[in-house]
Amino acid sequence: MPAIVKISNLSKSYRRDSIRIPVLENINLEVEAGDFLALMGPSGSGKTTLLNMIGGIDKPSAGDVFVGDVPIHRLSDAALATWRARHVGFVFQFYNLMPVLTAFENVELPLLLTRLSKTERRKHVELALSIVGLQDRINHYPRQLSGGQEQRVAIARALVTDPTLILADEPTGDLDKNSAEEVMTLLSQLNSQHGKTIIVVTHDPRAADKARSHRNLDKGELA
Amino acid sequence: MAIPLKYSIRSLLARRMTMILTVFGITLVVFVFTAVLMLATGLQKTLVGSGIDENAIVIRESSNTEIQSFITRYQAGVIQTLPDIALNADGQSMVTGEVVALISKNRRDNSRPGNIMVRGIQPMSLSVHKDINLTSGRIFEFGQTEIIVGKRIAERFQGCGLGETVTFGMTDWKVVGIFETGGSSFESEIWGDVEQFLPALGRPVFSSMTFRLKDPAQFSQVRDRVKSDPRMTVDLKREKQYYDDQSRQTATFIRVLGIVISVVFSLGAIIGAMITMYAAVANRTREIATMRALGFQRPSILLGFLTESIVISLVGGALGLLAASSLQLLRVSTINWDTFSDLTFDFALTPNIVVTVIIFSLIMGLLGGFLPAVRASRIKIIEALRAE
Ligand SMILES: Nc1ncnc2c1ncn2[C@@H]1O[C@H](COP(=O)(O)OP(=O)(O)O)[C@@H](O)[C@H]1O
Ligand SMILES: [Mg+2]
Repeated sequence: MPAIVKISNLSKSYRRDSIRIPVLENINLEVEAGDFLALMGPSGSGKTTLLNMIGGIDKPSAGDVFVGDVPIHRLSDAALATWRARHVGFVFQFYNLMPVLTAFENVELPLLLTRLSKTERRKHVELALSIVGLQDRINHYPRQLSGGQEQRVAIARALVTDPTLILADEPTGDLDKNSAEEVMTLLSQLNSQHGKTIIVVTHDPRAADKARSHRNLDKGELA
Repeated sequence: MAIPLKYSIRSLLARRMTMILTVFGITLVVFVFTAVLMLATGLQKTLVGSGIDENAIVIRESSNTEIQSFITRYQAGVIQTLPDIALNADGQSMVTGEVVALISKNRRDNSRPGNIMVRGIQPMSLSVHKDINLTSGRIFEFGQTEIIVGKRIAERFQGCGLGETVTFGMTDWKVVGIFETGGSSFESEIWGDVEQFLPALGRPVFSSMTFRLKDPAQFSQVRDRVKSDPRMTVDLKREKQYYDDQSRQTATFIRVLGIVISVVFSLGAIIGAMITMYAAVANRTREIATMRALGFQRPSILLGFLTESIVISLVGGALGLLAASSLQLLRVSTINWDTFSDLTFDFALTPNIVVTVIIFSLIMGLLGGFLPAVRASRIKIIEALRAE
């Protein structure tokens, strides 16, 4: 399998009052297409920061990030946004659904950035919602759904554009045990049955069990 | 690609109370603004409606109004024999000499005095002037001490109703008819026989002359020819222009005052909208960051929030417009500052005002929403996603 994500010599530091705070040091990482990778590590080790850089919502201080053939560390702000719309599906710890939009409308949101017609969008949204098992909740608003259901809507939103990568940052962090189990099973199905490349950040070993491969971050270094 | 309109609208509706208060602020400002424009326009309409383009009015040079004007006998003679005057069906020249004066009478509602314009007319006046219709009674008889009263005066002044008697110039004048003129300022006048009025008012000569042009397009040639005689120290104006000039100053004054007040008030409404929108942005940084992560561009976010403030301002504007349009049912009386006579007119809502007010509302929305929208478009995605 070819590497779909290629990170070389990546460093990231934040600047606070002229003090440099190093967060990631000299990271090298390759993720194969079709992998389901769990990024683990204690809180504050830089997992979110690394994931954000793979997803193109943050930029490295040094080093390269290639996704496919695209050197995303070199893209402009606007070009990155366009790139994200095509290639990345995000799943967040707190779901981040739009509270004023229904499940259907939330999932449709990223499709508004494509050239798909209204009927094509409808088909894609219905398919995505049926994959996550929520076809009967199409017109529900987020507040009418349980946490686990909300997260499944968020997963449908992440997969509806058929992106190159699905990136999930602590997707089970806000869920009870059963819902967490459901969500991880769903992600693992997306990987095994639909061939999605998925990177999950988690510090929950039980959640990480579902992944194919595991990497550990500690104090900014990858083990 | 823009963020969906339903997202913007529903987000507004989600904060109903804030939204209603903000809209209400804009409604108030727009109401005041619209009302003032309607007032100025109504005044202008009433006065301009008195004149027609086919008529020329002659007044003494450099007197702005008929009230300050007099026409010498020589001048009257020249005007009467102009070859450019249209003839009526009976072959008579459509020219008339009139006298105007102000009299003071008490109002019906509060018994306080107000000025009324009285106008002595010739039989030909009734065909030279526009749309004179009797609503009750009959036309006065020439040679008698009889008068007809404009309906606005009949309604508002003591002793001016049909069958009553008005006293001025040491004469009692019997009201034998009430007339209307389609809302023009003539409705705020009293008309009688010029031959009776001249001696009663102690005037030796006409105040003004009005004639119908044979060819309205020839107006400036006629004026220039008349003025080439050094003894013709008169001004000729198209009748419509004459009334337009009269109303312009007052209308402009009302407009300027109204606009200044509205602009000052609108600052409050704009700041209100701005606070509302800043709060909206602060409440929704996580939603904004999520949209950005999904791939929505900065300009789309900016536009989305601008849309919200514009919706607020347009709804407020529409409500203000609606409220102001009910003023059309109201009647206003004021002093015509050019003649010091009482003048009654309506608030007039025109398409022009509607467009102006919508643009005004739009500008308030844009000004109030711009900075918050810029802030929304500039939020840092990772920080906003991290914040809990
Ligand atoms: N914007 C920032 N400014 C300064 N420090 C930051 C910023 N973002 C993250 N950090 C720091 O970077 C480190 C790694 O953070 P993060 O990637 O969120 O870790 P994890 O997701 O593994 O818990 C933490 O010490 C955090 O305080
Ligand atoms: Mg984290």
